[in-house]
Amino acid sequence: MSQDLYTQIVNSPPGGFIAKRVGLPQPTTLDRYRPGQPLVSGTVLVGAAPGGRLAGAIAATLAAANAEVATTLDADLRSAAADAGLDASVFNPEAGGDRRFKALVFDATGISDSTELVELQKFFHPSVRKVQSSGRVVVLGTPPEDTKTPREHTAQRALEGFTRSLGKEIGKGSTVQLVYVAPGAEDLIGSTLRFFVSPKSAYVSGQVARVSAGLPVPADIDWEKPLAGKTALVTGASRGIGEAIIETLARDGANVVGLDIPQLGEDLKKVTDRLDGEAIELDITSDDAPKVIADFFKGRGVDIVVHNAGVTRDRTLAKMPEDRWQSVLDINLSSEERINDALLKAKAINAGGRIIGVSSMAGIAGNRGQTNYATSKAGVIGMVQSMAPVLAKSDITINAVAPGFIETQMTAAMPIAVREPGRRLNSMNQGGLPIDVAETIAWFASSGSTGLTGNVVRVCGQMLLGA
Amino acid sequence: MTPSVRRVAVIGGNRIPFARSNGPYAHASNSDMLAAALDGLIERYNLQGEKIGEMAAGAVLKHPRDRDLTREVVLGSKLAPETPAFDVQQACGTGLEAVILIANKIALGQIDSGIAGGVDTTSDAPLALNDDLREILLDANRTPDTAGRLKLLTRLRPGMVVPAIPANEEPRTGLSMGEHCAIMASEWGITREAQDALTIRSHDHLAAAYDRGWQDDLMTSYLGLERDQNLRPGSTLEKLGKLKPVFGGPEGTMTAANSTPLSDGASTVLLASEEWAKARNLPILAYITESQTAAVDFVHKREGLLMAPAYAMPTMLDRAGLTLQDFDVYEIHEAFAAQVLCTLAAWEDPVFCKERLGRDKPLGSIDTEKMNINGGSLAAGHPFAATGGRIVAGLAKELSDRGSGRGVISICAAAGQGVVAILESAGGAK
Ligand SMILES: NC(=O)c1ccc[n+]([C@@H]2O[C@H](COP(=O)([O-])OP(=O)(O)OC[C@H]3O[C@@H](n4cnc5c(N)ncnc54)[C@H](O)[C@@H]3O)[C@@H](O)[C@H]2O)c1
Repeated sequence: MSQDLYTQIVNSPPGGFIAKRVGLPQPTTLDRYRPGQPLVSGTVLVGAAPGGRLAGAIAATLAAANAEVATTLDADLRSAAADAGLDASVFNPEAGGDRRFKALVFDATGISDSTELVELQKFFHPSVRKVQSSGRVVVLGTPPEDTKTPREHTAQRALEGFTRSLGKEIGKGSTVQLVYVAPGAEDLIGSTLRFFVSPKSAYVSGQVARVSAGLPVPADIDWEKPLAGKTALVTGASRGIGEAIIETLARDGANVVGLDIPQLGEDLKKVTDRLDGEAIELDITSDDAPKVIADFFKGRGVDIVVHNAGVTRDRTLAKMPEDRWQSVLDINLSSEERINDALLKAKAINAGGRIIGVSSMAGIAGNRGQTNYATSKAGVIGMVQSMAPVLAKSDITINAVAPGFIETQMTAAMPIAVREPGRRLNSMNQGGLPIDVAETIAWFASSGSTGLTGNVVRVCGQMLLGA
Repeated sequence: MTPSVRRVAVIGGNRIPFARSNGPYAHASNSDMLAAALDGLIERYNLQGEKIGEMAAGAVLKHPRDRDLTREVVLGSKLAPETPAFDVQQACGTGLEAVILIANKIALGQIDSGIAGGVDTTSDAPLALNDDLREILLDANRTPDTAGRLKLLTRLRPGMVVPAIPANEEPRTGLSMGEHCAIMASEWGITREAQDALTIRSHDHLAAAYDRGWQDDLMTSYLGLERDQNLRPGSTLEKLGKLKPVFGGPEGTMTAANSTPLSDGASTVLLASEEWAKARNLPILAYITESQTAAVDFVHKREGLLMAPAYAMPTMLDRAGLTLQDFDVYEIHEAFAAQVLCTLAAWEDPVFCKERLGRDKPLGSIDTEKMNINGGSLAAGHPFAATGGRIVAGLAKELSDRGSGRGVISICAAAGQGVVAILESAGGAK
């Protein structure tokens, strides 16, 4: 789906003039990734607080991505760049020159006391004005729970307030994230740093991702096709977000299997045929669904399972009959648990596998008329958190995305009074596109994302609601 | 080195004080100034009637009429008219490249003595005819009859009278050298304060050299000028800090003070084999032991226009078996303070040294107290082709004064070129 009408109008010269005059929000046309284009179309500026431990991993990632890089005048960063074969220029804010950056990456792991948080101000104050539109800011820290002292814990926890606030003021379609990298997981940041500096993360902002210890990243990973040789199952794949997900996973090299209800069998087949994939016509809530799916993958195995199928049946609780409640919980949550269990029992999920859930902003912030839906979507978060340690034993990761307002048939059908605020009340002043959710899922799915598990990342343009 | 290569001695040099553009030398031509510098050299070393092996010199801004400028200057001098000469041009590297060419001929035994020099005027600069006017005049020249010529002249338009003034601009980028250097300064993080501090130091050191009479046997006064006109000692960071940037936009760090001004002047250096010098009882100040040129692709590979010396240096050091720290004196041409600082930063930088130079370790830093100790181009001015001769003669004298030691020269040039050379004191390297 293309841009919404409002964004098109305010980006036309007369529309923009009027919007500015009457003080309407002016959404930027967001950069989005197209295959074959460079990961970052501009220079990435790298800075660090003294004593950080990620200079080498950042440099290696950016070098492998052929990114154009500048660093601050920091001895550690310069030698890390040299070691990584990264031909980086120098940026010194006092040296003048009309420098512009597409992304700012800051290693904050060296901050071990609240008094050192001023390093954030020192790096970002002179550089934030030099960020181009659809710019990217990534701050990397140490998970507070993995720090050595209470002071360090406090200071690392403080980073979140910084990134979330900068996300709200940076503007121009730019995004800001915090990535907590556990000690020992330095070499696993590649897929995450790539995602967050690239246009793939167009509608993700103000998020906190955690990279923890995991399997080593395959040395021969092809970042253009990080899913080459993998098999992916996507439920609810015939349309909307599911269709974008299955397309994106196929783009990244996966052999795809789409699933949807028999009534949409024709639509589903159109999608899977286009992608040289396979189709499963099935209602995931049916009694035999877990077995059908497990049998389908038995022997051949599946690497990526995306639980995207979902429905809303809105009513305030006072008017909510049990069947309305129950169908939403069954489709959105309980069936997913049953399918996971059946696949695991059949040992059909390969080692290095990925389970990815689709939660919702409603599951985080709550929504009037959606007690059933929000319960199911908060349950998806619970499923991620409860299963992450269990699945880790089999080297399987589990994560979820939580979409905010995404332009689909579902949101197009909303009454305007609900739709417009939903669209505008976020740092991007616009709704996201199905591809934005799909790119985030592809990041979790990537063969490089071995260090990501237990994460719930919102794809909401940093909606003003919710934590 | 093959055994047939001889040591090349620097006997001494002579230059005229450098003037600012459109100053006292406004009406002096390149040949006038080169002749003045050469006359002083002949005088100082009693070369009247001497048949020198060869003279090489050049100018960056050269009139078409100055065909074989150097040979014409020789013919007008007191040297034997049998002294051959040729012109050299390698932008700001011209002077040092001329020294290298003569030194190499001496080293190979092809000549026993030689003079290298350089001259430039930005006042008496060559103006080209406007291209449209030039075409009409050439057409007229090709037309045999008067009527036809007159008809051609009706094509003349007033706008064609505006001459094409040679611009200090890189033809392939359209950027001036200063704008190129401003990009380098930004990419290497060079601050305004560091540039201004280097500028003050350059003026103070040059003034001190004049005050203690150190320059006396390196110069002959010319058209009333006894010292370099640009010299302004005793400035402060505060005073220089008030100047507006001239390159790099409003946020730029480069000013008229920390960039060399357009200047006029000439220099010469006398080189010879040891035998030639001994036979004439002439002093040997130093030996030229190594040299190297390099060029960078500033057009397609985003390398800084003036970064070539940073490449030439390690090649030369490796051949000489030396490190960057093995020198007692460093002469780094101050085209712009930022150029010097970028070069030093590059040699210290692990990224540059590994990615661009392909070395495991950075060349490292130098003791800047040993750099440009008798002042540099920021103070003296920079008549492009004359700078190399000024530096070679000055460094040779400094090394001779010290009795021993080793010095290195680094000169950046337009079009992405660089020239470096090593001199050793006649008293030995150490
Ligand atoms: N669109 C948004 O703004 C938004 C916001 C937050 C979360 N989400 C979530 O994203 C997911 C996709 O949403 P969408 O907007 O594309 O909706 P959609 O209705 O266009 O697509 C959902 C798909 O799931 C399928 N499905 C439903 N029940 C099924 C069942 N029992 N068995 C098999 N397939 C079934 C549907 O047939 C449909 O193809 C859902 O989980 C939804 O809750 C969407």
